[in-house]
Amino acid sequence: MRGKLPVWVNVGLLPLLNLSLAFLVSGLIVVLLGENPLEAVRLLVYGAFGYGEALGYTLYYATNFIFTGLAVAIAFHAGLFNIGGEGQAMLGGLGVGLVGIFLGHWPWPISIPLAILAAMAFGGMWGLIPGWLQAVRGSHTVITTIMLNFVAGALMTYLMVNVLIKPGQASPESVTFAESVWLPQLGPLLGLGRSPFNAATIVALLACVAVWLFVWKTRLGYELRVVGKSEPAAVYGGISPRRQIIIAMTLSGALAGMMALNEILGAQHRLILGFTAGYGFVGIAVALMGRNHPVGIVLAALLFGALYQGGSELAFDMPAINRDMVVVIQGLVILFCGALEHMLRGPLEALFARRTEAVGQAQAQTA
Amino acid sequence: MRTLLAAAAVATATLSGAAGAADFQPAIIFDLGGKFDKSFNEAAYNGAERFKNESGIGYLEFEVTNESQRDQALRRMVQRGASIIVAVGFGYATPLDAIAQEAPETKFAIIDSVVDRPNVQSIVFKEHEGSFLVGMAAALASKTGKVGFVGGMDIPLIRNFAYGYEQGVRHVKPDATVIANYTGTTPAAWTDTGRASELALGQFDQGVDVVYAAAGLAGTGALQAAADKGKLSIGVDSNQNHLHPGSVLTSMLKRVDNAVYNAFKTAQDGTWQPGVLSLGLAEDGVGYSVDEHNKEILTPDMIAKLEEARAQIIAGTLKVEPYQQ
Repeated sequence: MRGKLPVWVNVGLLPLLNLSLAFLVSGLIVVLLGENPLEAVRLLVYGAFGYGEALGYTLYYATNFIFTGLAVAIAFHAGLFNIGGEGQAMLGGLGVGLVGIFLGHWPWPISIPLAILAAMAFGGMWGLIPGWLQAVRGSHTVITTIMLNFVAGALMTYLMVNVLIKPGQASPESVTFAESVWLPQLGPLLGLGRSPFNAATIVALLACVAVWLFVWKTRLGYELRVVGKSEPAAVYGGISPRRQIIIAMTLSGALAGMMALNEILGAQHRLILGFTAGYGFVGIAVALMGRNHPVGIVLAALLFGALYQGGSELAFDMPAINRDMVVVIQGLVILFCGALEHMLRGPLEALFARRTEAVGQAQAQTA
Repeated sequence: MRTLLAAAAVATATLSGAAGAADFQPAIIFDLGGKFDKSFNEAAYNGAERFKNESGIGYLEFEVTNESQRDQALRRMVQRGASIIVAVGFGYATPLDAIAQEAPETKFAIIDSVVDRPNVQSIVFKEHEGSFLVGMAAALASKTGKVGFVGGMDIPLIRNFAYGYEQGVRHVKPDATVIANYTGTTPAAWTDTGRASELALGQFDQGVDVVYAAAGLAGTGALQAAADKGKLSIGVDSNQNHLHPGSVLTSMLKRVDNAVYNAFKTAQDGTWQPGVLSLGLAEDGVGYSVDEHNKEILTPDMIAKLEEARAQIIAGTLKVEPYQQ
C-alpha cells in the first residue's frame, strides 16, 4: 500500500491519534461552554455503553452505519463515490414498507425474507440508475447520486402523503405492520433491556462477511478492485469497466437499502418519512474511517453509534450541551479522521522511516 | 417593617416554589426543527419559559434529532418522573400511543395530533381559520392581485394552512391568483431558508407582491427575500412581525405557547383534563398579529374587515373548510 507504515500503525495507532485529537478539541469546546469535559466524557461513555438499554441503542445505531458504510465501501473499491445512500435507503424503506403493509400478515418465514429482498431490490435499483448513467453516459456518480436523493425524497413524500398514508390522521406515516413481520427484538433476549436493537444487526454482520468474501475472494470482486485501481489496466486485462461500475453501484444501493430493515422492520414497524435521518451520509465517514474494510467499518460504525447514543444522553444530562454540540463533536471526529488524516500521517511516516533506518544500520553493524 | 414583611413573603414564596418543584416536574420534547426555529417549536419553548418564570418551576426538555429518539425521549421523561410531558409535533403520535398505556399515571399532551388515551390531552389547531384571515389580509394588501404561499413539506398539515389561505384570498378577491410552492421533500425542508428565499423571489418575478410562509425556520428566508425586494410577507406560528418591520404584513399566530403554558399550568393546579382540545379563532388558538412593527402596513381599514370576518367565522355564518384527505 503506502509501504512506509507498519500495518498496526496504519489501522490502529493513526486512527486512535486522530480520534484523541478530535476529543481533545471537543473537550476544549465543552470547557468554553462552562462544563466539565471529563464529566461530559463520562456521561457520553456511560450513556453509550454503561447499561443494557444504552448498549442496545448504540448497537441499533451502529447497524444503520454498517449498512451505509458497506454501501459506500463497495462503490469505493470500484473507484466510485456513492453519496446517494440516503435516497437508496429511502427506496429500500419503500420496498420494506410495501411488503410490511400488504404482505405483513403472511407467515414470517415468507414475509421477512421477502422484505429483505424488497429492500435490496428497491435500493439496488436506485443504485443501478446512477451506475448505468456513469457507465454508459459518463455522468459522474457524485452528481447523479446526490440528485437522486432528492428525487427519492419527492417520490416518498408524494407516496406517503397521497397513497400510503394511514387513513383518518394527518401524519405522513403508514399503518403499523402486522406483528408477524416485525424483526425479533434482541434486547430482552440478551438481557439488554428495552431498545430498538433487533435482528437486523445479525443481517448487517452477515452482510459484512458477504462483502468481504465478494470483494477479496471472488473473481468478480477482484475485477471490481482492478477497475477501481486503474481502468486502463482493467481494459488491458479483458475486464469491462462498464459492467463492473453497474454491478458495484447496484450492490452499493442494495446495501444502503438494507438499512431500512433496521429502521422500518426492526424499530418503527411502519413506514415513515425521514427515517434515514442522514445515516446515508454518515456512512461515507464510516467507510472512510474503516478504511473500506468490513472489520474497520464495524468498528467505525460502533464509534458513530456510540456518539449518537452517548451524545443524546449527554444532551439529556447536561443542558448546556445541546444537540448541535453533539453534531459538532461528530463533525470533529469526521474532520480529524477523514480530512486531516494526512496531518499526522506525514510526521509518523518520517518517524518510522528513521526508526527502520536505525534498526537497519544496527543490524548491519552487528553483522 | 414593610420590607421585613416583604422579605418574609419572598422567603415563603421561594420555599413553596422549591417544594412545588420537588413534587411537580413538567417536561417538554421539541420536534426535529429544534426549539429556536423562530416559529412552531419556539412558540412551544416560549410557553414553557413563561410557565417557568411565573411559577419558578424548571422543566425538563429535549430536542430530538431522528425518529427513534421520539420514543426514547418520551420514555426517558417518564423514567425521570415527569408529571406532565408535552410532545410538540404530530410525529410523536404513534410512540405516545404505546407509552401512554405503559405509563398510565403520567399525564401527556400532544400538539397537532390526536392520541385517544385516558391520560393524553390532544391539542389541535384550526390553522385554516387563522390562515383564512391572513389570506384576506394578503388579498387586501396586494396591488397585483397575485399572492404567494411558501410551505415546508407538502404534507396534510401544511396543506391545511394553504387551503385556508386560499379561501381567505378568494373571499376578498375571487379572481386573485395564488401561487404555492414547497421548500423541499425531505425534513431538511423545514430549515432550508435559502430555498424558501429562492421560491419567494421566483414568485415575485411572476408578479406576486405578498407571500405567506408556512415553513418553520425555512420561512424566515421568504420573509428576508420580501424585505430585500420591498414586497410584503406574512409570518407563521410565532409573531414574526419584528423580523422585518414594515415588510412583514402580519403573522398567522398559532398559539402553541398558550397550549404548552396551559398544559403545564392546569397539570400543576389539578384542573388538567384529557381529551381533544380543538383551538380555533373562537378559543384564541389561532389569530393574526398586530403590533408596533406592522401598524403602518396593516391599516385600520384592513383590520376592520378582518375583525368582521373573524366575528362571522366564530358565529358560524362564514364557513372555512379544513383541508381533508
